[in-house]
Amino acid sequence: MKRFIGFVKKEFYHIFRDKRSMFILFGMPIAQIMLFGFAITNEINNVKIAVLDQSKDTETQKIIQKISNSSYFTIAQEIKTESEIESVFKKGEVKAVLVFEKDFIKHLQTQKNAKVQVITDATDPNMANTISNYITSILQNFIQEKNKNNKQAYQIQTQTQLFYNPAMKSVFTFVPGVMTVILMLVSAMMTSISITREKELGTMEVLLVSPIKPFQVIIGKVFPYIFLSVINAAVILLLGYFVFEMPIEGSLFLLAIESVLFIICALALGILISTLSDSQQTAMMISLFGLMLPVILLSGFIFPISSMPLPLQVISNIIPAKWFIIIIKAIMLKGASFSVIWKETLILVGMTLFFIVVSIKKYKIRLE
Amino acid sequence: MSISVQNISKSYKNIKAIDAVSFEVNPGELFGLIGPDGAGKTTIFRILTTLLITDEGTASVVDYDVVKDYKAIRNSVGYMPGKFSLYQDLTVEENLSFFATIFGTTIEENYELIKDIYIQIEPFKKRRAGALSGGMKQKLALCCALIHAPKVLFLDEPTTGVDPVSRKEFWQMLKRLQRKGITILVSTPYMDEASLCDRIALIQKGKVLKIDSPQAITANYEKVIYDIQSKNTHGLIHDLKNYPSHYSVYAFGEFIHYIDKNADFNLKDLEAYLENKNHSEIIIKKAITTIEDVFMDL
Repeated sequence: MKRFIGFVKKEFYHIFRDKRSMFILFGMPIAQIMLFGFAITNEINNVKIAVLDQSKDTETQKIIQKISNSSYFTIAQEIKTESEIESVFKKGEVKAVLVFEKDFIKHLQTQKNAKVQVITDATDPNMANTISNYITSILQNFIQEKNKNNKQAYQIQTQTQLFYNPAMKSVFTFVPGVMTVILMLVSAMMTSISITREKELGTMEVLLVSPIKPFQVIIGKVFPYIFLSVINAAVILLLGYFVFEMPIEGSLFLLAIESVLFIICALALGILISTLSDSQQTAMMISLFGLMLPVILLSGFIFPISSMPLPLQVISNIIPAKWFIIIIKAIMLKGASFSVIWKETLILVGMTLFFIVVSIKKYKIRLE
Repeated sequence: MSISVQNISKSYKNIKAIDAVSFEVNPGELFGLIGPDGAGKTTIFRILTTLLITDEGTASVVDYDVVKDYKAIRNSVGYMPGKFSLYQDLTVEENLSFFATIFGTTIEENYELIKDIYIQIEPFKKRRAGALSGGMKQKLALCCALIHAPKVLFLDEPTTGVDPVSRKEFWQMLKRLQRKGITILVSTPYMDEASLCDRIALIQKGKVLKIDSPQAITANYEKVIYDIQSKNTHGLIHDLKNYPSHYSVYAFGEFIHYIDKNADFNLKDLEAYLENKNHSEIIIKKAITTIEDVFMDL
């Protein structure tokens, strides 16, 4: 036991004396969460649009008024002819142009059918999509209000309600996502690097030729990172809760247990990587390309898994992060209890055991 | 026997690192493995410290088999690998107490053993190991390898990259440790250090060429070696190599070492030959045979 404590103490020295480790451990989570929180967002706010009103009647005025009253859009300018549309887009400020046809009010009243064209700048496709959705819904709203008075037969009104995230805040996706990425990064990459560093510096040779047992070395390596990862998870949750108002509906205790499970899973993966690589550089490369990219791209963090092509959907199943994201989203947003997420938990436990068994099998008690 | 090596061979892929090596080291002996880089010294060390498994042959350390009883060996030997294996970001004191802890002991318990050496680096005990000079790192590494009072000490090229003064001190320390009853196996590419060992094994290309005490090895060398010097060293080597009865010619410090094929050869003839080749200030005298001379001839 004394040996083990001595070893853990040494590991803490390594971590606290290495600026790079300290940055990855404590700078990265905060930087990432702020970045995702403030810079990378799908919500739109005060988007500048232009209007080409060829009718200029009371109805078009009302519509324009309604649009500019919403916080989503600002009418930046009014243009006179169609030929101006492109030059307006080329300047880059205006993201959409709203075109009213000639005699808008006449068509609306006599034929009950008037036309509005929404032209968007699709260099940013997500943005263009969101803008056209928002404008369409404002127009629909306008029509509904108009129809209130003159009763017309057979109308279907869709009433949409967004459960768990009524305001469609992107923070609800990125807090679980960033937490998953950070825990994976800290746990897997840092452990694999710290084990391979001993190999690279030749200190592993001395450790092997000593009475300390391999499992003591491994546990001693892993232990500080469990501790630090838990701190990290707590920091991310606190930031999410207080700065971005991310709700935590479910049990905090369950959330903590599941997080520790995922941390252990990532650490086991880190040990496995370290048994496969001889240098810190290789360990870093495997961690970055073998873990980070799949975790970000295939876990459902950024891109929904259901809309991926089938082969990628199948691959996503072997990524622990996918299951963890499902679990914490369920706990945080839906307030799910263990009975809902036991399947995902079991999968994570299985993966963890698999990684541990393989890395024990692969761990070398000698140099080759 | 403290160390016994019987016919061990080891290959990496297609390259034979060591080939049927055998030697024995007596308890309390200071035994040297002498050979150039790539001779297979490190491989022998790794096999004896249980880090590698042989392809053929057996070896034992303090009567423990290196494969079967590897755990027992790991408890009772001290090992200093070729690269200084210290934690650069830990201080001198932290390094030492870390190694003491993992061997289940404390600095105080075995302080007597390392005292002579540790006292020299103690003024820097709060300094990080990475900031030490080569000689001090080496002393610290030796302290770390000794802290658990091992029966056998394995030192793989401990003096490589260390200044001449520190090298000399280091060998004096080894002599003192030997007197405390520790068996020491040391390797070095420096031939001048060979004469400080009790016995040595000359190794080249994975094969043991000779095993004996350094004195016996030089004394048993039959050929006579001459130190030769003139003003034009480069031309001298060339001309000596063209002398009909030459056996071998090579630079040795400030002299050229020359060995003739014939035991009864006449120095005057050689001198006349060199004068004829326009050499001036010629000095020819008998040289004392060194391990290096023997090595060159093997």
